Amino acid sequence: MYSVNYHRANSVDDAAKMAEAGDAKFLSGGMTLIPAMKTRLAAPSDLIDLTHISELKGITISGRTVTIGAGTIHYDVATHTDLKALCPALCHLASHIGDPAVRHRGTIGGSVANNDPAADYPSALLAMGATIITNQREIAAEDFFTGLFETALEEGEIVTAVTFEVPEKSGYAKFPNPASRYAMTGVFVAKGKDGVRVAVTGAGDNGVFRSEPLETALATSFDAKALEGLSVPSDNLMGDLHASPEYRANLIVVMAKRAVLAANG
Amino acid sequence: MKTTLTVNGQLRHLDADPRTTLLDALRNHLNLTGSKKGCDHGQCGACTVIVNGRRINSCLSLACMHDSDEVVTIEGIGTPEHLSALQQAFVSHDGFQCGFCTPGQICSATAMLDEVEAGWPSHVSADVTAKQDLTVEEISERMSGNLCRCSAYPNIVDAIMDVAGSAKR
Ligand SMILES: Cc1cc2nc3c(=O)[nH]c(=O)nc-3n(C[C@H](O)[C@H](O)[C@H](O)COP(=O)(O)OP(=O)(O)OC[C@H]3O[C@@H](n4cnc5c(N)ncnc54)[C@H](O)[C@@H]3O)c2cc1C
Ligand code: FES
Ligand code: FES
Repeated sequence: MYSVNYHRANSVDDAAKMAEAGDAKFLSGGMTLIPAMKTRLAAPSDLIDLTHISELKGITISGRTVTIGAGTIHYDVATHTDLKALCPALCHLASHIGDPAVRHRGTIGGSVANNDPAADYPSALLAMGATIITNQREIAAEDFFTGLFETALEEGEIVTAVTFEVPEKSGYAKFPNPASRYAMTGVFVAKGKDGVRVAVTGAGDNGVFRSEPLETALATSFDAKALEGLSVPSDNLMGDLHASPEYRANLIVVMAKRAVLAANG
Repeated sequence: MKTTLTVNGQLRHLDADPRTTLLDALRNHLNLTGSKKGCDHGQCGACTVIVNGRRINSCLSLACMHDSDEVVTIEGIGTPEHLSALQQAFVSHDGFQCGFCTPGQICSATAMLDEVEAGWPSHVSADVTAKQDLTVEEISERMSGNLCRCSAYPNIVDAIMDVAGSAKR
């Protein structure tokens, strides 16, 4: 790790000001940023620690609108009683991220800002049509996740929360990499006022994406049977030592079926 | 960077480069070498310590992020003269071979049993509101962040079950 200056921010405004100096990076759970600094893939001059900003933490629910502060750890999402009653799919997703020690530090804000192509949250936010709120503006999930580890965030922009309307039905299923538990393929399905939306993570070679063939099939009948015999193209899917693009194409349909089963309860 | 930590109940001051991880601060600055460095990347759990009541990977945190936090390490859980119930159970059940992962396993299991006591569900729990029975499946999920290259898993599970089964730890 290269030499770095450390700053502890006590408010979002504070953090934004601190970030004006040098080549600063925001530090949340550090679950990705610290390993990246150790391998020198990231070498910021300054770290702005967001973990002590209380306004970034917590979950608020008003009717069917859920807002989750960027600094909320995965564990708190996984175990939030009211959220579980309203949107169990998201708690289920959070409870499957990494292992307990990772869930005790990793945050939803860090996860979306990082946009790892195998991260779980981006699929939920895209499928539910969530909005990512920053200290400067609001960005629709569609426009936010722009590619591999790429987002619409500008230099110095801070994710403060994500917000979404809980769909009528939703479900998530992932095939985890047995070692890291990152998604080798994860599918989030949501049936809401905008119809059926299906978002796939861990499979696309350009990050999270919506699957049109699956959405079309499920729009006719929101039932796992509607996906029977369906196949999706393997173009633009990732191939690595864990799985070929063809294997991931198959996993997409299998995970989608499981996600629909979960959504239908 | 001046940092004050409460480690195993004692106030400890250190003045280390901001890059110093909590793990390196404990091992190299405070001479608490019980916590181990396996991967230094959050994947093996050998560095597990308990911070403000929650188990975390100390290799993935900077010490300065934890200024004024409370840290419990394996040295704070028991001593050779006064082993904690879990430490004793690991000895009785041969819950290790080389022992490198053991401090992390025991810190993690100590916090894990408190989590169960407090009613925190895991995703394999059938009923997430009821108090959990610690089945093998439940323990495997809850201890999934702690790897053992010697594969002492069956005996680790036995040791944990032994302690979980008795009312007092
Ligand atoms: C062993 C292991 C297993 C894991 N398994 C999974 C898994 O199964 N599924 C999964 O989805 N994830 C997994 N993760 C990732 C982890 O859960 C975190 O979500 C992820 O590392 C990022 O969150 P963080 O809070 O740690 O962010 P950090 O590492 O602190 O930051 C990540 C990036 O986001 C930026 N950033 C952080 N917060 C903000 C903000 N508020 N505004 C703007 N930018 C910000 C940082 O500058 C940095 O570039 C795993 C991680 C580890 C170490
Ligand atoms: S040394 Fe920290 S998890 Fe391996
Ligand atoms: S006892 Fe050797 S790694 Fe677990």
